[in-house]
Amino acid sequence: MTGTHVLEAHQLVKRFGEFEAVKGIDVEIDRGESFGFLGPNGAGKTSTMRMISAVSQPSGGTISIFGLDPRTHGPEIRSRLGVVPQEDSLELELSVRHNLEMFGRYFDLSRRVVRERATELLEFTQLTERANDKVDNLSGGMKRRLTIARGLMNRPEILILDEPTTGLDPQARHLLWDRLYRLKREGVTLIITTHYMDEAEQLCDRLVVMDQGSIVAEGAPRTLIEQFSTREVVELRFTTDDHEEYFDRLAPFAERVEVLPDRVLLYVNNGDDTLRDVHAAHITPTSALVRRSSLEDVFLHLTGRTLTE
Amino acid sequence: MIGSTNTDVGRSRWLRSWGYHAEYYAQTWRGSVASSVLFPILYLAALGIGVGHLVAHHHGVVDGQTYLHYIAPSLLATTTMQLGEGESLWPVLACVKWIRTYHAAATTPLEPDDILFGKLAWVATRAFVTAVLYTAIIACFGAIQSWWSLTLPFIGTLVTLAFSAPLVAYAARSQSDASFTTLYRFAFVPMFLFSATFYPLSEYPGYLRPVVQFFPLYHGVALARAAAFGQGSLVPQLGHVAVLVAMAVLGVMWGRRTMRRRLTD
Ligand SMILES: Nc1ncnc2c1ncn2[C@@H]1O[C@H](COP(=O)(O)OP(=O)(O)O)[C@@H](O)[C@H]1O
Ligand SMILES: [Mg+2]
Repeated sequence: MTGTHVLEAHQLVKRFGEFEAVKGIDVEIDRGESFGFLGPNGAGKTSTMRMISAVSQPSGGTISIFGLDPRTHGPEIRSRLGVVPQEDSLELELSVRHNLEMFGRYFDLSRRVVRERATELLEFTQLTERANDKVDNLSGGMKRRLTIARGLMNRPEILILDEPTTGLDPQARHLLWDRLYRLKREGVTLIITTHYMDEAEQLCDRLVVMDQGSIVAEGAPRTLIEQFSTREVVELRFTTDDHEEYFDRLAPFAERVEVLPDRVLLYVNNGDDTLRDVHAAHITPTSALVRRSSLEDVFLHLTGRTLTE
Repeated sequence: MIGSTNTDVGRSRWLRSWGYHAEYYAQTWRGSVASSVLFPILYLAALGIGVGHLVAHHHGVVDGQTYLHYIAPSLLATTTMQLGEGESLWPVLACVKWIRTYHAAATTPLEPDDILFGKLAWVATRAFVTAVLYTAIIACFGAIQSWWSLTLPFIGTLVTLAFSAPLVAYAARSQSDASFTTLYRFAFVPMFLFSATFYPLSEYPGYLRPVVQFFPLYHGVALARAAAFGQGSLVPQLGHVAVLVAMAVLGVMWGRRTMRRRLTD
């Protein structure tokens, strides 16, 4: 990728008392890129997002956003950022439209401009029909879209989204993804955290895998999968209390075997062939599934744990 | 204002926060105004005329005033105190914890100082308007007897800020509202009842007088009374003003710390 980085963080640390939530991470993000932080709950994603939105003070390390230092140019940086926090933090007693217009006024936009932009963004997030409803009455998906619309009121160059679709049903998620693709096409830099591997694969050009405050891998989703996993995975379930007992018998069939509480994963190049060999050896799982490797497998390989516990 | 180095051009940032509160109020005030006019009238009618009748029967006058006139200025002080209390505990905890709208505001060009100053400026605005209204109502009941009463709206605003600033600071560092009810029960209500609100300091037993004089509200009540009646020499009034100003200033200093810590942690 070319061009200077729109955001750089070096040896970024966040401590809460004794506890180190972010342990010296480095990221560099290019203009127009859509960049992800993938990691389970507690990985330090929110702490990182709050620092790179020029809101929370790092306990150590440096950040540069648009080439500026948040410690000295916080307001200036934030005027060019859009933030969609993990919690919607909307005014529940006010109408959808008022939420947008009043928030826009924080950026010192004129009444006319906030009105125009609110209309435009309500259309964009498909909330026009609900414009005059109280936010309290909206569904979770609608609130999330409204929070995104709010984050776009100042026409940001970078939009930072902390778990944009957590808790939403599949339909609401897809609608949201679609809006994010459009923003990306318009040239907005997207920074997204998620613990959904499918979301990361769908939305991110490049991502870092975070675990316990550290970055454990970095790259494009496909590259990471090629690097840290095999082409296919065979998932086998047995009627047993302890899948561990199948480890030794299955190990010869795969490049790598992972045992989870409820199933065994065989990492292989050709799943159908492997499954045939397993059956031929008179090993009879109660269910068997062949699938392509995903970022979930990358995470499992790197940390020994699953993304969603 | 201090702390708000404007790196982005345009309206001062704390003013945008003030405007946000004003707009919010404009969207949600319905109903609250009727009660804020009705309440003081009922209050003065019930206490001033009812109890006043009793007092007149036994003592004639209190400090040279009819009982109605005597308690009318203290109503302005207690009301503005209650405004400062009511606007500063639960509403602020909601903004920093339950709904997190201050966290949302902190993602805009606003700094924690701007959010704090905007909030306090808005509370002060409401206090001023309320105090003007109450001054007018008190005047209707005939309790305004001096040009000094023109300072009543400012006294009311000062009382509100003396309570609001430290309480906003306190709420901004709270994790739950458990202590708020305790504050009401053991601080605000006793203060309301025992700040020479309903009868003069001289009626309290000697050993209680220093306690009464320790209550911040006592200073507000004393000031309001002195202004309404144009009584008393200037020096003690300056003392009352100094106590209230000190509370407001210390509250703002504390609030700048707690708000920054809460929003940038
Ligand atoms: N304000 C805070 N005080 C103390 N600990 C915190 C605070 N915020 C987050 N943490 C802790 O830091 C860790 C990382 O949290 P977070 O950044 O929210 O992770 P994620 O967003 O990936 O779930 C967690 O263990 C969390 O409990
Ligand atoms: Mg989080």
